[in-house]
Amino acid sequence: MTGLDETDRALLRALVEDGRLSAGALGRRLGLSQPAAWRRIRRLRDAGVLKGSRVELDGPALGFGVTVFLGVKLATKGRASHEDFERAVRAIPEVQLVHHVLGRYDYRLRVVARDLADFERVLRRRIMTLPGAGDIEANVLLSEERRPGPL
Amino acid sequence: MRIDDTDRRILRRLQAAPDLGVNELAELAGVTPATCSRRLDRLERAGILRGLHAQIDWAALGWEVEVSLRFTLDKTDPRAFDDFLEAARAVPEVTEIQTFLGRVDVRLHVIARDMAHYQAIYREKILTLPHIADVEALMQVAVIADDPALPL
Repeated sequence: MTGLDETDRALLRALVEDGRLSAGALGRRLGLSQPAAWRRIRRLRDAGVLKGSRVELDGPALGFGVTVFLGVKLATKGRASHEDFERAVRAIPEVQLVHHVLGRYDYRLRVVARDLADFERVLRRRIMTLPGAGDIEANVLLSEERRPGPL
Repeated sequence: MRIDDTDRRILRRLQAAPDLGVNELAELAGVTPATCSRRLDRLERAGILRGLHAQIDWAALGWEVEVSLRFTLDKTDPRAFDDFLEAARAVPEVTEIQTFLGRVDVRLHVIARDMAHYQAIYREKILTLPHIADVEALMQVAVIADDPALPL
């Protein structure tokens, strides 16, 4: 889908900020009727531009104090090793994100753990034992902000 | 605030399906709608449930390129982090900013329409950011898994 107009952009900005805004509330904010706002939301959903919501929780307050980004290089290359690695890494509950990348590493992972000791357990028992896993680099997350993007 | 199993059950279900209404969420979590609403309010007031954010699929809007840029900063300048972060926030194509303890100081997630566009952003808006000692790019090929849920 191309050709967002200024109202679409304002609508997306508002929903990224607060995904629970109703069509009525959005309409009031943007000077649209409730049905007009709803039609725009539905169009953006149907086009796949709006792909559902993300819940933002206070991880540390819920006992998840540590987030680590990992770069993983496969020791062995080939289609089979990528498939084995991907199947196994998807089964680890602490792994929130897996991106296949090109560059110094083959995969980048986002891992959440209760504390550093818990992270070490996940790293040793689950990550380092993944099929094909070679060189691993870990960076501990200190702060994070999500930006609205080019809207 | 004390979090009990009921809170965790509600949050687990909410993370799995953030757009459900309270009635459906309550049913899945095995509580009454009134309890569910009360719990959600309490979690929100305590700052544990921070909000719900719509997610944009940039590829659906024609932004085909995603790159993870990892920076080491010149930390001899005490303002290095602040200056860099402030300048990075002003680049619209940056969708995420993270700071780290490790070999990497800062990561920027950058999107572009195509490779030519990426090259222009990289040269004009990224390499001009202040206090860069080193930068390394990981070009995204595929998303294998993306589930931001905490394993509650």
